[in-house]
Amino acid sequence: MRLEPIANPSLARRLGFPALALAATVIIASLLAALAGAEPFGTLGLIVKGAAGSKFALLETLNRATPLIFTGLAIAVAFRAKLWNIGAEAQLYAGAIVTVILGTSALSGMGGFALPIMALGAMVAGAVILLGPVILKTRFGVDEVVTTLLFNFIMILLVSYLLEGPMKDPMGMGWPKSAPLDRDLRLPRIVTGLRLHWGFALALISAMLIWLVQTRTTLGYEMRAVGQNPQAARFAGIPVNLVLVKTALLSGGLAALAGFSEVAGLKGHLSLDLSPGFGYTGIIVAMLALLHPLGVVVTAIFVAGIFVGADSMSRAAGVPTYIADMLLATALLLMVLAIGLTKFRVVRG
Amino acid sequence: MMALFEILLTSSFWVAAVRIASPLIFATMGELICERAGVLNLGIEGIMVIGAFSGWMAVYLGAGLWGGVAVAMMAGMLFGLLHATLTVPFGLSQHVVGLGVTLLAASTSYFAYRLILPEVTSPPKIEPFQPFEIPYLVDIPLFGPAFFAQTALTYAAFGTVALTALILYRTPLGLAIRAAGESPNAVAAQGLSVTGLRMGAVIVGSGLMAVGGAFLTLSAFSSFFFEMVNGRGWICIALVVFGAWKPGKALLGALLFAGFDALQIRLQQTPIGQVVPYQMFLMAPYILSILALILMSRRASVPAALMIPYNKGER
Repeated sequence: MRLEPIANPSLARRLGFPALALAATVIIASLLAALAGAEPFGTLGLIVKGAAGSKFALLETLNRATPLIFTGLAIAVAFRAKLWNIGAEAQLYAGAIVTVILGTSALSGMGGFALPIMALGAMVAGAVILLGPVILKTRFGVDEVVTTLLFNFIMILLVSYLLEGPMKDPMGMGWPKSAPLDRDLRLPRIVTGLRLHWGFALALISAMLIWLVQTRTTLGYEMRAVGQNPQAARFAGIPVNLVLVKTALLSGGLAALAGFSEVAGLKGHLSLDLSPGFGYTGIIVAMLALLHPLGVVVTAIFVAGIFVGADSMSRAAGVPTYIADMLLATALLLMVLAIGLTKFRVVRG
Repeated sequence: MMALFEILLTSSFWVAAVRIASPLIFATMGELICERAGVLNLGIEGIMVIGAFSGWMAVYLGAGLWGGVAVAMMAGMLFGLLHATLTVPFGLSQHVVGLGVTLLAASTSYFAYRLILPEVTSPPKIEPFQPFEIPYLVDIPLFGPAFFAQTALTYAAFGTVALTALILYRTPLGLAIRAAGESPNAVAAQGLSVTGLRMGAVIVGSGLMAVGGAFLTLSAFSSFFFEMVNGRGWICIALVVFGAWKPGKALLGALLFAGFDALQIRLQQTPIGQVVPYQMFLMAPYILSILALILMSRRASVPAALMIPYNKGER
């Protein structure tokens, strides 16, 4: 058997295979629920209800989607240029650390004006964290997959050290968490009384901006060219390494904004459970969105819904919450396969 | 400085180093076989988790220790088959598929754990492999116990390296596997199936990774914990690069790495550990892996067709 490229895949093919992938994911999820002794479609219903069944549930889903939009964008931008940034988790924490440092001491008393400075500081930190692995890639040819992955482990240990040492909250009653941000350095709620903060709006704006950068600027064109064929891009006079560095700065900065938004919008302090793997889940979000920045918003809300819904379903139906991770991993693999099948035809011989 | 020498002169340090190296040796050989055939297997981290879980669960349910190892290996090969099917005949992105397999294998382990043991707060213990002394050799000063008073699974790890090297360099099969990773067109010209060779390598390699995971639950600890693999899979990928894709050098890398790891654990107990926060010691293995990658990058002899899908009839 071999693969034959299809020059112009039909619309039916481009929509049919991804739809099949989603359908197969639903079937597998029902089987898993049945395996756990629950009623399959009832379980899926409970997930949907838990994710979007009430105003509270829906807002919870959007809140959970906010960091995923940022990490999803970070990965979409990087993967488009074939820069394998698997370190969004580390960049997120770098952003969170800087947000807390600026928001607890340096900028205290400045009021709302300090928020953009905090966001910018966070972005710089995230960008710097990714710059290391990228320079190792362009200078020494060290594969960035492994270095960015290892940075995640280093960063979480650094956070653990900071929370037990220099950044420890003196009023924290022994819990490893940082001092809280000043009250006036928090991201306000979009609508008073509703638990949704301006981080979500910032995430939507970021997605729009990235989409504009990718479609309307030279940098966007260069990033795509480098991703499609670095040799050809170099031959066409595109400074490949410089484009990779710029991509890294953008990607690291976006991932760090997830940390900024979680600290300033939701938690108010830094702790070791700030991110339950938002950096890794961002990969799924980006891939399901086919690396499209506006698609990332949709898939982030979808993925967040599955997590929020699975949490509430688990309490009601007793199916382990890990069903959410299994479901998403399955969706990711099937979606990659579906995309492959839209571009290639399997031929015998 | 004195503290350092005291540690290096105790045989328990060397015993620990070899013990820490054992799971890394299995998984590194597994990854090496995959990469020699031309496939980067980022499923390694998750496959180690499923190996650790399934081996332990099998023993807990009464399969016996070697039964547990066999179950772990089969679970690993199953996920290897999934990885191989998507990356080899379908030629999909090895990065994305590998990460997907890692997520799927790890979440499957945790899901199954919660299904089988819904109520427990601390995981049940099993009776793990016991150290087995080889007479006379164990009496060699300093290094004797390190190499000759380990569990059967550690001896098997060293056996795996010898076997991998033997097959890769001394058999026609090994030649074909290496060629599949260097110049697949030449393999096809010989009338051999590149797809078959690569899929076989990924499946067998994944089985070894899972045994590496099972070492953690069946030999090193006696229980399964969440996050117990803790990045060991990614470190093994670095070790393959450090070992320049050669089994012997990769073994040396694993031992060296484990030596540093055993050393940092012991240094935490010394006066140095009073001054330096423990997190810095725990960071050492990851920083070391990155340094190793930088050090070897100039001389690394990457298999020429690594990560390049092969499609028959395409040049």
